[in-house]
Amino acid sequence: MADLSVDLGFLKLKNPILSASGTFGYGVEFSPFVDLSKLGGIIVKGLYFSAREGNPPPRLVETASGLLNSIGLQGIGVKRFSEEILPQLKKYQTAIIVNVCGESEEEYVSVVDFLKKEECISAYELNISCPNIKRDGQCPALHPDSTFSIVNLVKKNTSKPIITKLSPNVTDVAEIALSAQEAGSDAVSLVNTFLGMAIDVETKSPELANIFGGLSGPAIKPIALRMVYQVANAVNIPVIGIGGIMSGKDALEYLIAGAKAVEVGTANFIDPEITLKIVRELENYCQREEIHKIEEIIGTLKIGTLKLDNAG
Amino acid sequence: MSVIKNSSSRIIDKKLSNNYCVIRLEAQEIASKAQPGQFVMIRTTSQTYPLLRRPFSIHDVNGNEIEIFFQKIGLGTNLLSQKKINDSVDVLGPLGKGFHLDAKRKEVAIIGGGKGIAPLYFLARRLLSLEISPQIFYGGKSTSDLCLKNKFEEKGIDIFCSTEDGSLGFKGLITEMFEHEFESSNPEQIYSCGPELMMKKIAQWAMKRKINAEFSLESVMGCGFGACWGCVRKIKKNGEYGLHKICEEGPVFYADEIVWQEN
Repeated sequence: MADLSVDLGFLKLKNPILSASGTFGYGVEFSPFVDLSKLGGIIVKGLYFSAREGNPPPRLVETASGLLNSIGLQGIGVKRFSEEILPQLKKYQTAIIVNVCGESEEEYVSVVDFLKKEECISAYELNISCPNIKRDGQCPALHPDSTFSIVNLVKKNTSKPIITKLSPNVTDVAEIALSAQEAGSDAVSLVNTFLGMAIDVETKSPELANIFGGLSGPAIKPIALRMVYQVANAVNIPVIGIGGIMSGKDALEYLIAGAKAVEVGTANFIDPEITLKIVRELENYCQREEIHKIEEIIGTLKIGTLKLDNAG
Repeated sequence: MSVIKNSSSRIIDKKLSNNYCVIRLEAQEIASKAQPGQFVMIRTTSQTYPLLRRPFSIHDVNGNEIEIFFQKIGLGTNLLSQKKINDSVDVLGPLGKGFHLDAKRKEVAIIGGGKGIAPLYFLARRLLSLEISPQIFYGGKSTSDLCLKNKFEEKGIDIFCSTEDGSLGFKGLITEMFEHEFESSNPEQIYSCGPELMMKKIAQWAMKRKINAEFSLESVMGCGFGACWGCVRKIKKNGEYGLHKICEEGPVFYADEIVWQEN
């Protein structure tokens, strides 16, 4: 059997399949469907310091092979998470990664500070890229300076590794990734959702109460994959690929493009067993291709004679 | 939580009537656990459009089989209605919290509007097994919306029908017929599912008379099992208003918990 483990440097994962924040609840919701110990890691739903009500409904609308959401990070807050969820989650032999949110830079710090004694947390993923919080999808990940500032501040206030989750709603995602790297981020994950909208033609009103939402699902995969490839070519820290992964093939595309691990998101809603199915598909692929360690395929994209610079 | 994922549930029977469809599925474990008011999430295609599963009330349970009843209203329901007998579908369930059944309450009124009748047939049959004979109030725009009338009558259930165009039963809204029937008496228990305005009227009527009333709410759902937080609506729990998940905390709520929409 192939070795599916991947080493992020700061964290060794038993396989490259992680759950994407916001699509896997707090992890425990999926215990009826998958043996959580068999996952590379669980990235839990974004946590603010306090409980949060999120955006008004309707919050979901389906589009062609995609899902627009404007949940707005409704959640239980860090105290209930550590009291009610962590004791259940730590029973599983998998990496627990907490997705950290904040209305202000100080709130990000207060979340990691509150959790500092929780040894079962392997790393933090900084959610600086949710498009559903401020007007017009504004978030820190749209600017190199605000990205640097938050990552730098959180890094100074925790001893745990930091993964910075990036937004695709930018002109040059590699520039933002470099900013996160410079500020001390241990890895970057991308992409968060694409800002989008849908309109009800009968009522001529937006389908989502919040007008805009974040697009996810298979519809975004080619664009997300391109961005992951660009970032992997720009930074020295590990890149975690996210966007429309529904199968082992999808995950492999990201790994070949240079991602060291991937996060599976929207697919969890459609098939709550999908994460472990993807792990099995990776095993089968390695066996078929006689690959002993899955790490061997990371960043192995063959461009041939065509150079990226003049590919357009 | 004991949710079953049956990835190849065989279609045993399908009946189409105008825009409505009844599908009978082989789903042993789901059938053995299902309670009235619970629902299942079904993938209507193995492709990625439509992407999400669709929620369907459990319409009936017989042995190893469950039934769903739905109106063809969009891409997902149309695809599902085109499936053939012996095709398989991917079913997740039973999900959510159903109706509370109390064997001591003998005078039960059930009000269903259009496709909202879906969970109420299973409920009525379960009540019959508790030796409760509910009265059903079944309303629609026209005769074609009342395609389950005979199904209730075959079980010997009292059924009152109304249509807005007067083509079957009382001419008008089912709420008018219901209020007229109970002008001078009270049921002990009310269950209802249907259009928002219909349920709102019934809830207000029930609260005025202090009658226990439960309603099954509908919502677009991302996952159906509490992970996505997409199906929330404003609900009053323990005296406090908040956005609560329909899929996990509902779909059945008490009259005094629901904040009704304006129109």
